[in-house]
Amino acid sequence: MNTDTQYLHDVADSDYEHGWVTEIEADTIPKGLNEGIIRLISSKKDEPEWLLAWRLRAFRHWQSLAAETDKYPRWAHLDYPDIDYQDISYYSAPSSKPKYESLDEVDPELLRTFERLGIPLEEQKRLTGVAVDAVIDSVSVGTTFKEELARQGIIFCSFSEAVEHHPELVKKYMGSVVPYTDNFYAALNSAVFSDGSFCYIPKGVRCPMELSTYFRINEAGTGQFERTLIVADEGSYVSYLEGCTAPQRDENQLHAAVVEIIAHKDAEVKYSTIQNWYPGNAEGKGGVFNFVTKRGICDGDRSKISWTQLETGSSITWKYPSVILKGNDSIGEFYSVAFTKGRQQADTGTKMIHIGNNTSSTIISKGISAGRSNNSYRGLVKVNKGAKNARNFSQCDSMLLGDRCGAHTFPYLEINNPTAQVEHEATTSKVGEDQIFYCNQRGISEQDAIKLIVSGFCQEILAMLPMEFAVEARKLLAIELEGSVG
Amino acid sequence: MTPLLQINNLKASVEDMAILKGVDLTVNAGEVHAIMGPNGSGKSTLAAVLAGREDYEVEDGTVLYRGEDLLELEVDERAREGVFLAFQYPVELPGVSMMNFLKQAVNSIREHRGQEPLNAAGLLKLTREKAALVNLDPSLKKRSVNEGFSGGEKKRNEIFQLAMLEPTLAILDETDSGLDIDALRTVADGVNSLRSPDRGFVVITHYQRLLDYIVPDFVHVMVDGRIVKSGGKELALDLEEKGYDWIREENGAVPA
Repeated sequence: MNTDTQYLHDVADSDYEHGWVTEIEADTIPKGLNEGIIRLISSKKDEPEWLLAWRLRAFRHWQSLAAETDKYPRWAHLDYPDIDYQDISYYSAPSSKPKYESLDEVDPELLRTFERLGIPLEEQKRLTGVAVDAVIDSVSVGTTFKEELARQGIIFCSFSEAVEHHPELVKKYMGSVVPYTDNFYAALNSAVFSDGSFCYIPKGVRCPMELSTYFRINEAGTGQFERTLIVADEGSYVSYLEGCTAPQRDENQLHAAVVEIIAHKDAEVKYSTIQNWYPGNAEGKGGVFNFVTKRGICDGDRSKISWTQLETGSSITWKYPSVILKGNDSIGEFYSVAFTKGRQQADTGTKMIHIGNNTSSTIISKGISAGRSNNSYRGLVKVNKGAKNARNFSQCDSMLLGDRCGAHTFPYLEINNPTAQVEHEATTSKVGEDQIFYCNQRGISEQDAIKLIVSGFCQEILAMLPMEFAVEARKLLAIELEGSVG
Repeated sequence: MTPLLQINNLKASVEDMAILKGVDLTVNAGEVHAIMGPNGSGKSTLAAVLAGREDYEVEDGTVLYRGEDLLELEVDERAREGVFLAFQYPVELPGVSMMNFLKQAVNSIREHRGQEPLNAAGLLKLTREKAALVNLDPSLKKRSVNEGFSGGEKKRNEIFQLAMLEPTLAILDETDSGLDIDALRTVADGVNSLRSPDRGFVVITHYQRLLDYIVPDFVHVMVDGRIVKSGGKELALDLEEKGYDWIREENGAVPA
């Protein structure tokens, strides 16, 4: 393929900034999924026996689901072709994967990749207070500030490193919030996950910086199966950022990540995401299929987990960051902006499961649909029988840009305790002609007016993001809006 | 000298209903023209057509702005050329901060005029200066555009924006409606401070009261889509005294 020409075409077609492939020699295994492949992945990663055994159990479970096509999750408001799971390579790692002492040792091509992505892997991080555990494809190549964090007892490393150095923590918590039996994609991830991030904040420690990971699918035709595990011990606090972009691709890419969060007594975890995977071309071809299972448990009393997300990418998004409110007086939050254009389809929302007493949850979801896209909110609020005085507030606002897109809201309420207080509000609006006229009358062009109105619509959510991230999010949203209206 | 605004035989309709039935009006730079008239006479339609609102269909006539065809221009182009409309019902933009809104408005107009964009500090300085003209609470600038503003605040915000954008032609659409006497005076003071030899005003109002404070050079009476009578500021007083019926009768129309 003439990549240069293709690249220009793609840029012209889609405004997608991060669509290019880095030529790094990669260590990729053959396509296909069977027990041999699972063993191969595990051996390539020098994994202990217990982890291989866990993977195999997950694989057998997945096989049992995959054998019966009626068990494929088809309930989402999404339309996509069947995925051939045997036509995917399940492992890819940059071939020169030594354990780096410093960035000087890192493949310079890889560093350029990060630079083009605007990821400052250099000293700027110290200044911005962000430690980055960058994941290219599947294996971590640069982990920074580890020593600084280690001094406070904080562990922030790749999942593989955690398996090697902190097996007791991984054993204890992996699969405790999202068991491999949870769903089809969680089972798949558990069988084949390549790497990811691990984070442990010890008792009483307030993590002094935002921890962040950038994900990027890199090797053509390989799926991305990341696994993230965050454990906040009693009275600790951490703010965790996840942002992703992906290079352009002709075939669909499967992405099935799992994120698990455990918040012990009085602990607080704030998890922020900017999701910008390749959404496909104007006809919707080639985008990422993003099937993610994200869930946290407020295990201890007065613990808190907060999810904030800006979803702009992927051709298919299937994602419901959830909180299990087990501890008394625990708090769960979900703040989301999902923007779809072109032929994108998003089915996203949350689950708030109230188990402890006096638990509260807040859900604010803003969906913006443009082009011929479909954007659905799907959320469950469940109050268990024994959960006294549970409170929930849900607000789902949808905005339509144009008349060929769709916005849908699917709220589910299961209230089994009469002391619960649950509020749900939902609105759908079109960007008002009055609003555009008002902006135009002040000299603001139609496109800028729409950007202004849409970012105003999302403002309360974007304001929840850590500052640096919020700036990036606003920029991203502005770029995404360009050309999606007119 | 080319008039600032020259409207000839302007006819416009909305949803096939004729509203403007041949309006003639000439405004020169430095002049303040008041347009009065009963409800439904077409005053606000005139303002909307001048600003370029899409729902209004121009059927006939011409509008020249500084000698150029105004009707050819898009809404935002008209604004950048210096046509400003103070809205009767200012629109709320939830979540859009006043400062962000002003920055985009001011800089799009400055760019059009070939000026450097204002930076944050410059904008803040200008904002402070202009907000003082209409006694606008500085905290309003931190809020979303018109969201949660009282009626009076919204109107003052319109005049504040007028001051910020320094238009050549300012059209005030019933800026006095819903204002108490103190607010009215504040708004009028703001407008008066913005009167200049280079700027023309078209002040649309239902009541004479506003014209006690913004003293016009000319008063026009609009009835049933036409300007039927024009005069000096005394005309407003006559109207106040006698109402609109005598004008209707003078023009052979059926009294309301």
